[in-house]
Amino acid sequence: MISRITKTFKRLKKEGKKAFIPYVMAGDPSLERTKEIVILFGECGADIVELGVPFSDPLADGPTIQRASERALKNGVTLRKVISHVKDLRQITRIPIVLMTYYNPVFKYGEENFIKDSKDAGVDGVIIPDLPPDEAEDFIKQSRKAVLDSIFLLAPTSTEDRIKKVTKASSGFIYYVSITGITGANLLLDGSMDVLISKIKKYTDKPIAVGFGVSTPMEASAVAGLSDGVIVGSAIVKRLHESPDELKHYLISLREAIK
Amino acid sequence: MPALKELEEAFFYSKKDKEFQRELRHLQKTYIGRPTPLYFARRLTEHLGGAKIYLKREDLAHTGAHKINNAVGQVLLAKKMGKKRVIAETGAGQHGVATATGAALKGLECGIYMGTEDMKRQALNVFRMRLLGAKVTEVPTGSRTLKDAINEALRDWTTNVRTTHYVLGTVFGPHPFPVMVRDFQSVIGREARRQILDAEGRLPDYLIACVGGGSNAMGLFYEFLKEDNPPTPPFSKGGKEGLLDKDIKMIGVEAGGKGIETGEHAARFAGGSIGVFQGCKSYLLQDDDGNVLGTHSVSAGLDYASIGPEHPFLKDAGRVQYTYATDDEALAAFELLSRLEGIIPALESAHAIAEVVKLAPKLDQDKIIIINLSGRGDKDVQHVAKIKGIEL
Repeated sequence: MISRITKTFKRLKKEGKKAFIPYVMAGDPSLERTKEIVILFGECGADIVELGVPFSDPLADGPTIQRASERALKNGVTLRKVISHVKDLRQITRIPIVLMTYYNPVFKYGEENFIKDSKDAGVDGVIIPDLPPDEAEDFIKQSRKAVLDSIFLLAPTSTEDRIKKVTKASSGFIYYVSITGITGANLLLDGSMDVLISKIKKYTDKPIAVGFGVSTPMEASAVAGLSDGVIVGSAIVKRLHESPDELKHYLISLREAIK
Repeated sequence: MPALKELEEAFFYSKKDKEFQRELRHLQKTYIGRPTPLYFARRLTEHLGGAKIYLKREDLAHTGAHKINNAVGQVLLAKKMGKKRVIAETGAGQHGVATATGAALKGLECGIYMGTEDMKRQALNVFRMRLLGAKVTEVPTGSRTLKDAINEALRDWTTNVRTTHYVLGTVFGPHPFPVMVRDFQSVIGREARRQILDAEGRLPDYLIACVGGGSNAMGLFYEFLKEDNPPTPPFSKGGKEGLLDKDIKMIGVEAGGKGIETGEHAARFAGGSIGVFQGCKSYLLQDDDGNVLGTHSVSAGLDYASIGPEHPFLKDAGRVQYTYATDDEALAAFELLSRLEGIIPALESAHAIAEVVKLAPKLDQDKIIIINLSGRGDKDVQHVAKIKGIEL
């Protein structure tokens, strides 16, 4: 069986397009609002939605998403609630949904139960930034069986060995972290991304989406030129709080830039 | 991951590198002031009326705590790896001071992350770090204590990994940190074992240390955990069966805070469950959804939600026993040692002393206890005065 994410990338490839993958933290500021945002993402032409799960210690995230996580936790949003929220979303949208969660909530939930419940709820893929493929043998096996995509990360510092391992372990797409650092930092377009993405492509035909640090439509357009998809997180979360009226316009401008 | 691989290779290479080991030993002797004394606490022993109590005086090491053993080791390693900058987290400030000291010694740039809450409790150490040339950055997120400082240091490390080495201060985090930090701290136990054999002609009956992340405890215990240590006197008449290291009882003392039942503590074994946090699997204070809980301890250095992964291993193997001391017990021990021995212990170390206050009177006078006095209490004087309602 082919996953909904793989189908999406195949379709885009045929159409000569690149994926637009916006991110929102579930439950920030409320799950009701998250539902509205996910629908808005769809209306603005998103291909896949990345849904953040709040965690007390979001190691890979910069200040913007850290604060979003704190707000969501304060509202009592948990991994369990996010999964059941996806079930609700499935009543109204078929857009592929990827959960981004840290490992300890998954560990506490139980890997097997997490995979089963996520799949049943309609989750399409999972990103766990603090679970390296080296430690994920079981997780990968079980999620493959359930046709739940497991998406692993590569960074500018990744060695060839690492690239081999991560491209093999990933399904759906490969998440290329554009910078050494945390979400929301400044993107550096100095040509090194080009080199690294070509290196990754030597090892795999799987789609590569780029995230961390993409914030302007111009950056999104440049990154789209090098990859199969662009993930935008902190910049969206920031707008959502600071200038919600501009969010729709911003999303559309990103969509138009990602070609 | 590549950074951890690079570190692992450098560390294991350094263990075999004669030049590295020679420089480390030289600095331990001439800079840190090792070996630190093993001191017989006569008045404390008499006061408690039971076992003989020895203090391993890590408080006399340069900068006033055992943290310097690891910091100097890792800074040397960073220098060998060609890094230009080191960063560290700090709770009580001792590890931050130690890293800033090592960085000054080796001419490296230094950045320290410290929770807002801890900066308040340990203002003196913040100033010391700045004097030593370190940039101290406040961490106002999460519980604003040690765990959040580690998060922030890890974020810095992922950002600046090419030029920067992260000097993690305890036997925690991803491999090779737990092994490496234990290795740099194991000098404590190596010295203590030799010193007690010199002083008493035999091994101790108990080893006791406080456990935050667990580095001073691992440092004291590790040498005594080796199974191939030869038997020591007293030998039986046949001259064969002497005392063995495996008969020594070891106790780790966690922070009981305001009491386990209040939820305001940092006793991971008494109140936690297994989790995966900051790169390792260990006991963790967490809620049912896997979020890390806030902790409380009067001592910033023990105020941490998880514990180095070798400690659960030793607990499950039945080799080390873990208990806790409350804030009040630690504060009482802090004052007791000050008055009886003229030694003001760190509030962290006072937790180990609090356990001995309970244990020693129950033991015969021919029993021997070694406490790791992991740090000096000067840094805590202001905080303790405040708790007692005294304005300085």
